[in-house]
Amino acid sequence: MLVFDILRFPESHAMSTILSLTINGWKRTDLVPDNLLLIDYIRELAGLAGTKRGCDGGECGACTVLVDGEPRAACLTLAARCGSRHVETIEGVGSPGRLSRLQRAFHEKLGTQCGFCTPGMIMAAEALLRRNPKPDEAAIRAALSGNLCRCTGYVKIIESVQAAMAETP
Amino acid sequence: MTAPRQGAVGQRLPLIDGIEKVTGRAAYTADLPASALVGRILRSPYAHAGLLEIDTAAARALPGVVAVITGADCDKTYGVLPIAMNEYPLARDRVRYRGEPVAAVAAVDEETAERALALIRLKVRELPAYFTTETARAPGAALLHDNAAGNLVREVHDEFGDVAAGFAAADLVREARYRCAEVVHGQMEPHAALADYDAERQRLTLHSVTQVPYYLHLMLSRCLELDESQIRVVKPFVGGGFGARVEPLNFEIVAALLARAARGTVRLILSREETFLTHRGRPEAEIRLKLGMTRTGRLTAAAAEVVQRGGAYSGYGIITILYAGSLLHGLYDIPAIKYDGWRVYTNTPPCGAMRGHGSVDARHAFECLLDTMAAELGLDPFAVRRANLLVTPMQTANGIIVNSYGLPECLDRVQKASGWRQRKGRMPPGRGLGMACSHYVSGAGKPIHRTGEPHAVVELRLDFDGGITILTGAADIGQGSSTILAQAVSEVTGVGLGRLRVIATDSAVTPKDNGSYSSRVTFMVGNAAIDAAEQLRDILIGAAARKLDARPDQIECVAERFRVSGGQDPGLSFREVAGAALAQGGSITVKGTFTVPVEYQGGKHRGGAVGSTMALSYAAQVVEVEVDSDTGMVRIVKVWVAHDCGRAINPLSVEGQVQGSVWMGMGQALCEETRYEDGLPLHASLLGYAIPTIVESPPIEVHIVECLDPNGPFGAKEASEGSLAGFLPAMTNAIAQAIGLRMTELPITPDRILEALAKKQRESRIAAAAQGAAQ
Repeated sequence: MLVFDILRFPESHAMSTILSLTINGWKRTDLVPDNLLLIDYIRELAGLAGTKRGCDGGECGACTVLVDGEPRAACLTLAARCGSRHVETIEGVGSPGRLSRLQRAFHEKLGTQCGFCTPGMIMAAEALLRRNPKPDEAAIRAALSGNLCRCTGYVKIIESVQAAMAETP
Repeated sequence: MTAPRQGAVGQRLPLIDGIEKVTGRAAYTADLPASALVGRILRSPYAHAGLLEIDTAAARALPGVVAVITGADCDKTYGVLPIAMNEYPLARDRVRYRGEPVAAVAAVDEETAERALALIRLKVRELPAYFTTETARAPGAALLHDNAAGNLVREVHDEFGDVAAGFAAADLVREARYRCAEVVHGQMEPHAALADYDAERQRLTLHSVTQVPYYLHLMLSRCLELDESQIRVVKPFVGGGFGARVEPLNFEIVAALLARAARGTVRLILSREETFLTHRGRPEAEIRLKLGMTRTGRLTAAAAEVVQRGGAYSGYGIITILYAGSLLHGLYDIPAIKYDGWRVYTNTPPCGAMRGHGSVDARHAFECLLDTMAAELGLDPFAVRRANLLVTPMQTANGIIVNSYGLPECLDRVQKASGWRQRKGRMPPGRGLGMACSHYVSGAGKPIHRTGEPHAVVELRLDFDGGITILTGAADIGQGSSTILAQAVSEVTGVGLGRLRVIATDSAVTPKDNGSYSSRVTFMVGNAAIDAAEQLRDILIGAAARKLDARPDQIECVAERFRVSGGQDPGLSFREVAGAALAQGGSITVKGTFTVPVEYQGGKHRGGAVGSTMALSYAAQVVEVEVDSDTGMVRIVKVWVAHDCGRAINPLSVEGQVQGSVWMGMGQALCEETRYEDGLPLHASLLGYAIPTIVESPPIEVHIVECLDPNGPFGAKEASEGSLAGFLPAMTNAIAQAIGLRMTELPITPDRILEALAKKQRESRIAAAAQGAAQ
């Protein structure tokens, strides 16, 4: 939507940038407005709708993605600041026919109910397990404290992360 | 009751659509691919005003704007209850709350749509606005709705049994007031709708976040004056409901109106702030409760007065104020119950149904006062509950038939698991244990629209591919209803889950369903699924019997193998039997139905339909708290909850639902609260409205109690709402144990704790001084 924006109303965007980055292992290059948020880049330009918008900015964690392995709220990150970085979304976790250990655990342990917070929750947990393969419960709670869930009461989310970390990646 | 034997029922099955959710493939309304215009809504900045003029000329002239609509484009009201449709999709003549939609635009992009909204001018005459029930009910207050004297949506006055005699017979009568703040659902997915209008054929397709596609369908037909056959409503994946979407909402109708005006497709995605403004949550409630009790803890009478701040429109309000009274019944044996309720219009966003609809705040008051009186009489809280158990089967004074009652076992389970006997009263300072009970309906017995149709319909289709398609209108909003239906069909037919697929909530394909509310789906749609599955099973068994030269009653089917029972023959595979059945006439479609018998549709008194149900779930819980007297912080250490859901068709799902309910109760008890300043919501973000994070969320240990109900599917009852209400009083009672304070206002924030502690210290100092002076 926003890329067409520029074509239709070139005067409405003062500045644009040629952005090259890697997303889920694929390199791509786009002309993007400087004020384009990473979440819109991911959802509208890259067409990856797994990353969810649950709030008006940085409140819920549903849009959590990894930028060079670090969890980031895509709704608070400018796409233009992600040049030559590696952005990972829920679509880049696991591979077709093979769920990642976190995806499998969230599925099997009912760490997901409505599923709306799940992509962000799994990305935040993924970042945690990469930097701390055996987190204790307090570390899990701290790492997921920016991700709201309204369905589960978080009990089965913690169980899911614990089940995933018991497996080899 | 059908007894399970195939193993599909009782299995801890992950959600059948869980893979989509963990991979990000699940498409929610905002994710649907479409080349669409962007819709935006202009909302009233006034809490109460006459709309004199809406000037849209400049907005219409803006390049890129395709359509601008106002209340002039729709003169039909809408509302979920046929008796209370008093809301326009876009305000006409008057706005009644800050945030009420007054105009909408469809434009080529978001920026243009925003600029167009800024160009719309409103000319208004401001009216007196009321943000509290007291001011709205005061003599001489201006009326929000001309036909609602005293700004009352509904008042309810019921008395069952002789309440005066009950209080006279009591050894202890106590009265207390409780106040519960307004709370909202806070489902993670903001509201969204995608409307496509085919201008050549005058046909509308709407995708929306709804829990009630059928009611939405009816209101789209009414407001757009389109025949129902010209409308298709589809519910994609929905990111939570909790009641936020159990009535047709203004933005859904606005999206459709915009698409028609634009002659195309419009995507309307609400911000989080707008989602808060759309509201329909649990109303602020003032409860005055009086209970009578004998020395042994036996209840003799109860009298409750409830005042709810309903907001600007009726919505579900009549039902909510009735539920608060009707579900005083059915948990304990109480000889006499009097209830007076007032639902009040105010200039705040409309309230509606939220998990535990209507029952939660009244139950909170009841269980708190019960605990207070037990303490005064030196009785254990568990003993007081046990002194008032129902003897079932029975019928409550207000007409609810109770056939299954697992409350005694729930009490036993949580008392034991929590170590109540050993630990209560022996805890370190600041720590406490509290308990409470609760219950909820398994589907409202009487449907909202009395069309005479069955209350639930499920279709099954078997075709050449050997797959069975379950067609249902039941809205899976994350609670897992599609999974439960698949388990039910698998159980009855003996067909593996891998052969089943569920197609749900597309009015072009699936049978009508009333929707996901009042915890009706497992009970009603589950029973319809069993009916359909039994018919399909009979067709398959008939075909197998013909092929095997046996009588149908000799055929058994286990794990997709049909054989003569007791015989040595290897029997027939599912494909062989399905082929034989299809050879009789091709594609097989069967339809199962379920209707609540009239004796379960409630008492004959006015409002008697509300609270009517075929089965009640029961729950008991113990909450352990730690209160820091310096900061006022309450930490929930652990929760033990036992929930009687009849047969647990899917124990994994039951645990998830019960944990979610208890936790949502915790949010309401501990921190959630809407706040307004002159009707302006101050809470309308997920920072302003404090939902508990993973950090402060406790372990919740679930004990499933299976007290089978004779009318439930495989004996099942509801599992998604009944545990919520118990948390609030259990926590409040635990705080009383921990620091000796009986809190009467929710949420119990640190501020309220500190204020109450200071007041208590002040009072004890004054008492000590008075005593000193007297000496």
